[in-house]
Amino acid sequence: MDNTFTLDGKSIPYSEGQTIIQAAIAAGEYIPHLCFNPEFKPHGSCKLCTVKANGRQTASCTQQPQPGMVVESDTKELNDERRVLLQMLFVEGNHFCPSCEKSGNCQLQATAYELEMMSPHFDQFFPDRPVDATHSEYLLDFNRCILCSLCVRASRDVDGKNVFALSGRGIKSHLIVNAKSGNLVDTDFSGDDKAAHVCPVGVIIKKRVGFAIPIGRRTFDEHPISATPHPIVKGA
Amino acid sequence: MSASLETAVHPENLRRVVIDPVSRVEGHGKVTILLDDKNKVHQVRLHIVEFRGFEKFIQGRPYWEVPVMVQRLCGICPVSHHLAASKALDHIVGAIHLTPTAEKMRRLMHYGQILQSHALHFFHLSSPDLLFGFDSDMSKRNIIGVAEKHPDTAKRGILLRKFGQEVIRHTAGKRIHGTGAVPGGVNKSLSIAERDELLNDIYQIVSWSRDAVHLVKDMHHQNPELYNSFGSFRANYMSIVGLDGGMDLYHGQLRGRDESGNIIFDGVDYQNYSQLIAEEVKNWSYMKFPYLKSLGTEKGWYRVGPLSRVQNCDFISTPLAEVERRDFAAFSGVMPMHAPLGYHWARMIEMLHAAEMIKELLHDDDIMGDDLMAKGERGNEGVGVIEAPRGTLIHHYRVDENDLVTMCNLIVSTTHNNQAMNEAVRRVAQQYLQGHEVTEGLLNHIEVAIRAFDPCLSCATHALGKMPLQVELLNGAGEQLSTMSRSNNGSICAEV
Repeated sequence: MDNTFTLDGKSIPYSEGQTIIQAAIAAGEYIPHLCFNPEFKPHGSCKLCTVKANGRQTASCTQQPQPGMVVESDTKELNDERRVLLQMLFVEGNHFCPSCEKSGNCQLQATAYELEMMSPHFDQFFPDRPVDATHSEYLLDFNRCILCSLCVRASRDVDGKNVFALSGRGIKSHLIVNAKSGNLVDTDFSGDDKAAHVCPVGVIIKKRVGFAIPIGRRTFDEHPISATPHPIVKGA
Repeated sequence: MSASLETAVHPENLRRVVIDPVSRVEGHGKVTILLDDKNKVHQVRLHIVEFRGFEKFIQGRPYWEVPVMVQRLCGICPVSHHLAASKALDHIVGAIHLTPTAEKMRRLMHYGQILQSHALHFFHLSSPDLLFGFDSDMSKRNIIGVAEKHPDTAKRGILLRKFGQEVIRHTAGKRIHGTGAVPGGVNKSLSIAERDELLNDIYQIVSWSRDAVHLVKDMHHQNPELYNSFGSFRANYMSIVGLDGGMDLYHGQLRGRDESGNIIFDGVDYQNYSQLIAEEVKNWSYMKFPYLKSLGTEKGWYRVGPLSRVQNCDFISTPLAEVERRDFAAFSGVMPMHAPLGYHWARMIEMLHAAEMIKELLHDDDIMGDDLMAKGERGNEGVGVIEAPRGTLIHHYRVDENDLVTMCNLIVSTTHNNQAMNEAVRRVAQQYLQGHEVTEGLLNHIEVAIRAFDPCLSCATHALGKMPLQVELLNGAGEQLSTMSRSNNGSICAEV
């Protein structure tokens, strides 16, 4: 770790092959992100982790640093743009935090608090997305999907099952499961799969848990997401 | 007498006076009054103008989400919906008997809710009318006016409510829209620190609650003519009572009495409420009209809430409230009290009972236990009933084999009182408006009658897809070209 770059003026050491966000997390620094998870190959789709590297915008989850690189992250310009991305994610799905059992454990909600998103700003899409409750132990609530593909990557790369995939293009992109019926019960999904525990929002839900963890004891009740750069989310 | 005031025979020639919105109540409603040239009253209606639809959009959601979602019906009594839903869903997880800690934590939450809601209603919403007079200076007739003229009373009202909110916070996690009750039990118990914090204040709260009962009782004794006659009408009444016949606001069996206080039904398991109660839909209100099936729509309507509960139970288990209940019964005499203003007195007796119950529970170590959940054989249908601050609250759900809600029926406290509130405003219109030039002070008499019921209008409208509607197409001269109507069974009829 001889090389360093600066993140908002702080010197950050990095190893060969590390990306900017990996080095930042290793150094205890927070760069907002949703589709990035250090256990998986970067996907670069949510763009929340966009930083300015030597004056040029780039996704910090895919960009490797250069020696002496000047990286800006916590700036008004970038946070304003991140907030707009969050607002678009909120209106694109049906994110009803007040009655969502993931509230307090949700990275989307926690990131919105972190970036002081005060309203959705845009008109809500209110898409019609019925839940898939066919599996005896897990439920899929597609209303909350942000297309991060973490479940896709976990099922494919760790579980070796390919239970999940993203289908469609552009605004019609959506999460599907690998069964002719389209139902989770007809896949080989299991609660022991890595894919069952990586959803950063409230799509893949273990049934009959609900609000077992009281308010005040949920992951982001205790610390804001910036204080836990890659949190282990309770109930995930 | 007042039934004839529901619909005027010839409304086209009458003058329309509208109170919109009715103020100092929860939610939005309006009153329309039709008068002729001599100010004779021909029609009076309390309309509920909000529309919600929770019964519909809860369908297709997982059942464990329901207690948290449906409480969003209301910001005043969310705890009541939270608990009624949890009680119904206990039957889905087979938790017919909760653990002692779970049952007592839920009761503690509920009595906190009764305390804060009753305090809010009496001190913030109704005391200005009672302390200053129904037609007093409108600019002073509010809680700010009370704070200026009666600062101790206003302060106590605020602190009583605050204490109730703190009880809710410690039991549900938040003052409003918490998550404490879950199907099968609760998700937390009290810590010693939380218990001690509440114990510090509870003795003062009990004392202030008793003073509040005396404040209203004195009003009745000082002016019995007004308090006994204002908007008074006779009605059946209903509530749950404990298995021993005592007041129990959290759990019990349904009991109904007729206008003379004779029991119509008793010991009814509320799982069978649908055999007892049906709901009528009228084309001028979003709120349904419940009635007892055995008596029909004309004679089967009834009243719920504090005035019903205090007179429906055989006794109150807590000593100070029981003394007050007996005083109340002695004042009303052989016949039950039917006067709407009696609601305030009964409400304060219940507030005292809630404070005493909180004190009892805070001295019970079970509220700090760690056995929070029970379960048993999975069911697919459940009814939960609780006595919410405003009256009997019914939640009914069916859940499919995939854990999704397929049916939801809510009969909310204020809905039970729909006909009763209409009766009250018609009586007041006849007593005070008939033949008089309408003034703001006289119209406030109508609102005083509505406020006595402490209606929560936002909770009470759920008839999605069943509402009878009529659409009229008129030409520029106001002549009717065609009409289209939908009946309450959903059939559509067009006339050209």
